[in-house]
Amino acid sequence: MEPLTSKKKVLIQKPLTFAERIYLPALGKGLAITISHFFKKEATIRYPEVQREMSINWRGMHSLKRDEDGKERCTACGLCALSCPAEAITMIAAERKPEEKDLYREEKYASVYEINMLRCIFCGLCEEACPKEAIYLDGPIVPSDYLRKDFIYGKDKLVEQPLVKK
Amino acid sequence: MDISFVIEKFILVVILFGLSLVIAMYSTYAERKVAAFLQDRLGPDRAGPAGMFQPLADGLKMFMKEEIIPTDSNKWLFMVGPGLAMLTACIGTAVIPWGSPINVGGRIIPLQVTDINVGVLYIFGVVSLSVYGVMIGGWASNNKYSLLSAIRAASQNISYEVAMGLSIIALLLVTNTLSLKEIVENQHGWHWNVLYQPLGFILFIVCAFAETNRAPFDLPECETELIGGYHTEYSSMKLGFYLFAEYINMFVSSAVMSTLYFGGYNYPGMDWVLIYTGPVIAPLIGTAVLFAKIFAFIFFFMWVRWTIPRFRYDQLMHLGWKILMPLAIANVIITGLVIAIVEKF
Repeated sequence: MEPLTSKKKVLIQKPLTFAERIYLPALGKGLAITISHFFKKEATIRYPEVQREMSINWRGMHSLKRDEDGKERCTACGLCALSCPAEAITMIAAERKPEEKDLYREEKYASVYEINMLRCIFCGLCEEACPKEAIYLDGPIVPSDYLRKDFIYGKDKLVEQPLVKK
Repeated sequence: MDISFVIEKFILVVILFGLSLVIAMYSTYAERKVAAFLQDRLGPDRAGPAGMFQPLADGLKMFMKEEIIPTDSNKWLFMVGPGLAMLTACIGTAVIPWGSPINVGGRIIPLQVTDINVGVLYIFGVVSLSVYGVMIGGWASNNKYSLLSAIRAASQNISYEVAMGLSIIALLLVTNTLSLKEIVENQHGWHWNVLYQPLGFILFIVCAFAETNRAPFDLPECETELIGGYHTEYSSMKLGFYLFAEYINMFVSSAVMSTLYFGGYNYPGMDWVLIYTGPVIAPLIGTAVLFAKIFAFIFFFMWVRWTIPRFRYDQLMHLGWKILMPLAIANVIITGLVIAIVEKF
């Protein structure tokens, strides 16, 4: 077969020299390399106590945002669920009652909004799809847990804390 | 035999037994820490300050695990295996002189369980016996991988015992005695045997790596080929015993190397210290020095383990029979010649 590139190089295995064959100098070199690592700074980050510094566009846990009056922005249009490639988001829409005017911005809102954190791949497409700027992946790392059901995060965990009235 | 003799020996035995167990326990911790540091990691640091209680947690885990004895195994031998491994590992410490005798109010207490006049041979015999635990365990498991591993361990130990024995013969030509106590006393004042027998020491340490089944000669436990090796079928504390025995063996062979080649409890300025601190404290300082040497060797064992990849089996045999043995014979001949010439003139 024709060589595909002109960068052909024939390798010849040279016989080992005496110094190489007695093995001990090479052993010493290897030991020197490993001991030099003994005094280097370790790369480990002690996770729960110390957290790695994340880049500004890092995507963590989702949060459902409120507007400047403290009303939930989400209008349950379902675009996030539609855009989600992992099908992690489910929601049930409900109509706002007159007395709930302070709670929700639009006349329709999500009465149930669940994200399955085991399915979520943190791609951020929900964030991009949202027309109301209601969902952002700006939270911390999603904590580990023992049961599958505990990874389905409802509104209690997702919605931003209400604004403190001044 | 007076009763105080029995009591002091008993105390010494108990201390040594406890000490070798504790050192083996913390060797497992040290191994993980050393491995971590050599690889720019931290190692276990959750159990207690800096992970100091990790060995206790590991031990507790071993005890809590379910014990499985395979149905088709030879049950009696299956149980004898780990016990034998532990036994042979522990009795090696008996003949090692841990310090010069303590003089308490005129009564001289030697820091050695027994000074038999064939101490070197005793150590050698115990080391050879240690492969029986591995062999019996591997055979009784009724598992091909275990059996293969046991055969490997046996042939490896036999091969390297030859070179080890020959390197000891050259040492005996220099020391003129088989008693470990006299060997140590002869090394007083910088007459360390490693200075007279450098090649012999290199041969001995390579063989010690092979005899204790440590990397790069840990073929009986090579996971890529033999699953777990001879302890594949073992679980619970029986497995723990095997792993433990390996670390005790490491401790004992480190002690033997310090004693035979690095002057045991001797250190520079020993006589000066004896005058200033008295006959009780000075020997204990010597013991501390001996332990420092032992820990340095244990560290070296670990350092090598995380540096060199494992030998292939044919390379191991090639090294043992075709390189170490001729070198050891040459070492014996050269040593003999030099001694003969020196005595003649």
